[in-house]
Amino acid sequence: MEIALASAIGILVAAGIYLLLRARSFDVILGLTLLSYATNLLIFSAGRLVPGKPPVLRSGIDPTLANHVDPIPQALVLTAIVISFAMTAVILVLAMRGRADNGSDHVDGTESKERDR
Amino acid sequence: MSTHLPVLLIVWPLLVAGSLLLLERASIKVQRIGAWAGLVVLVALAISLLRQADSGEITVYLLGDWPARLGITLMVDRLSAWMVMVTALLAVPCLLHACGGWDRRAPHFHALFQLQLMGINGAFLTGDIFNLFVFFEILLAASYGLLLSGGRGGRIRVGFHYIAFNIAASTLFLITLGLLYGLLGSLNMAELAVRIGQVTPESRALVQAVAGLLLVVFCAKAALLPLYLWLPGTYGRAPAAVAALFVIMTKVGLYSVLRVYSLWFGDLAGDLQGFAWEWLLPAGIATLMLAALGALSAVRLRILAGYLVLVSAGTLFIAISLARPDAVAAALYYLAHSTFVVASLFMITELVRRHRVTDRMNVVLPILKPLVPGTLFTIAAISVIGLPPLSGFIGKFAMLATVPDEWVGWVWTSVLVSSFFVLVAMVRAGTKLFWDIKPEQADDPARKAKRRTGHWPERVAIIVLLAYGIALTIAAAPAMRYAQAAAGQLAEPSIYVQSVRGQAPQVRGK
Repeated sequence: MEIALASAIGILVAAGIYLLLRARSFDVILGLTLLSYATNLLIFSAGRLVPGKPPVLRSGIDPTLANHVDPIPQALVLTAIVISFAMTAVILVLAMRGRADNGSDHVDGTESKERDR
Repeated sequence: MSTHLPVLLIVWPLLVAGSLLLLERASIKVQRIGAWAGLVVLVALAISLLRQADSGEITVYLLGDWPARLGITLMVDRLSAWMVMVTALLAVPCLLHACGGWDRRAPHFHALFQLQLMGINGAFLTGDIFNLFVFFEILLAASYGLLLSGGRGGRIRVGFHYIAFNIAASTLFLITLGLLYGLLGSLNMAELAVRIGQVTPESRALVQAVAGLLLVVFCAKAALLPLYLWLPGTYGRAPAAVAALFVIMTKVGLYSVLRVYSLWFGDLAGDLQGFAWEWLLPAGIATLMLAALGALSAVRLRILAGYLVLVSAGTLFIAISLARPDAVAAALYYLAHSTFVVASLFMITELVRRHRVTDRMNVVLPILKPLVPGTLFTIAAISVIGLPPLSGFIGKFAMLATVPDEWVGWVWTSVLVSSFFVLVAMVRAGTKLFWDIKPEQADDPARKAKRRTGHWPERVAIIVLLAYGIALTIAAAPAMRYAQAAAGQLAEPSIYVQSVRGQAPQVRGK
């Protein structure tokens, strides 16, 4: 399971960085989204991967990490998801506004080819 | 009241921001009164925090009354109180400048302004590294709003760069937090300082890698080489009141470096002690030199002001990376000075733009009533270059006096040469803008109609900022004493650990 999760994080980061470096604002936004997915998985794995154990205490079960999964990374992931969701919404609106104002989806507002023509 | 003071500095601007949103249907006058009432209380709170911190005690506030190892803590020492005070003082002229008319054009300005203050204060007060991330996001989200509200075209384009860059940096921040928690099992800064000292040899390399990544994040926020390319364009295109407030945001990155690395890699860190500083010194020197060259090459006054933000960032990084308490003290003094003076330059740029239609320095144009903008520009220039008698000179002198012998060559050369470049750039800007004038009659009538003197709050805001600088010059001794005490506190991470561990929950008991 570790190797699957690690490769998933690696592939998401690689794809995210590739898209982030492209010159279209839509691609950049997709890249940032993929990066934030990879980050969420990474934080999740910081609490160690254990199947079938609850993150909340229950009576009768000894409150140690042998019987439970660490709840803090899950709380952190929740915060990170909310923040990255909101930021994606902001940048999406901005990209649409930029396209309307500058007439192009290029991250610099204009295409270099168009300027030459 | 005094026990809840740290959290009040965060909750109060949030409350004011919420109330101002409700008042948005009311007239602009009502909103302004609300914003000013909020800010006056905030300044009063910041002053009482400064007095409390000056006793030398580190206040630890347990949010939700959970013990520090489980919950989020706020931590107030002299450094945080100093930063909060600088922020509150800076906010006054920024709000004044915006009340000159910008707040009518930018929707939600007053609410976003208060949220920005909340994020900045929170970042300075928190003692938990994940909470620091959250406050970074709050201050960034508010800054996106302030930058973009009322903007179009070019500002939207630089806004996209700014936001994409900051989201990428925040993602990196989250990655380091995940790794840090996975490695060390805590997110409390003081607790982490202990655990980094006890790290096993096999995890040592990973801890170094994580600390290095975190340094990249903070340096991206603080605009250190090579992560500063977004800054001059973004700050140059932001409205003057907002750009002036943004000057403190690069200082948030610097504060984070100082806080986190002096705590984690101080004398508790064992053989990892001093990590990061040997990287920061060359990076600071390179930033300083390139920023000074950038200032020389700037054609617009606002781009010049943007590069001056970088000059101050480079100087500050050099000072703190010497890792000596007296150099850090000089840096704290210089930080307050450079924040106020660069903020005033962004406002002066706006004033010049009104009197002269454009702040481009490569065209010869007439200027309306050059006396006021010219005088203000001269005072700001003397201060920002670091000429006697103003605060810039004291700050730079104190810094240069503390450089240890082995670094004198590099540090003195870079600081003095960059000051000379800034001197040339400022003199040239002043000459081009205020002396090299075309006669009024020879000018295009369309442009003539656009020239005007601007509103009084904008001029008063600049005067207030410059007065802060003069006050810092006159009160240099008490300010420097405070800064030295703050730096002395930072040099002993163990007292932070003791204060955080020693703070028991009030109601919950043990």
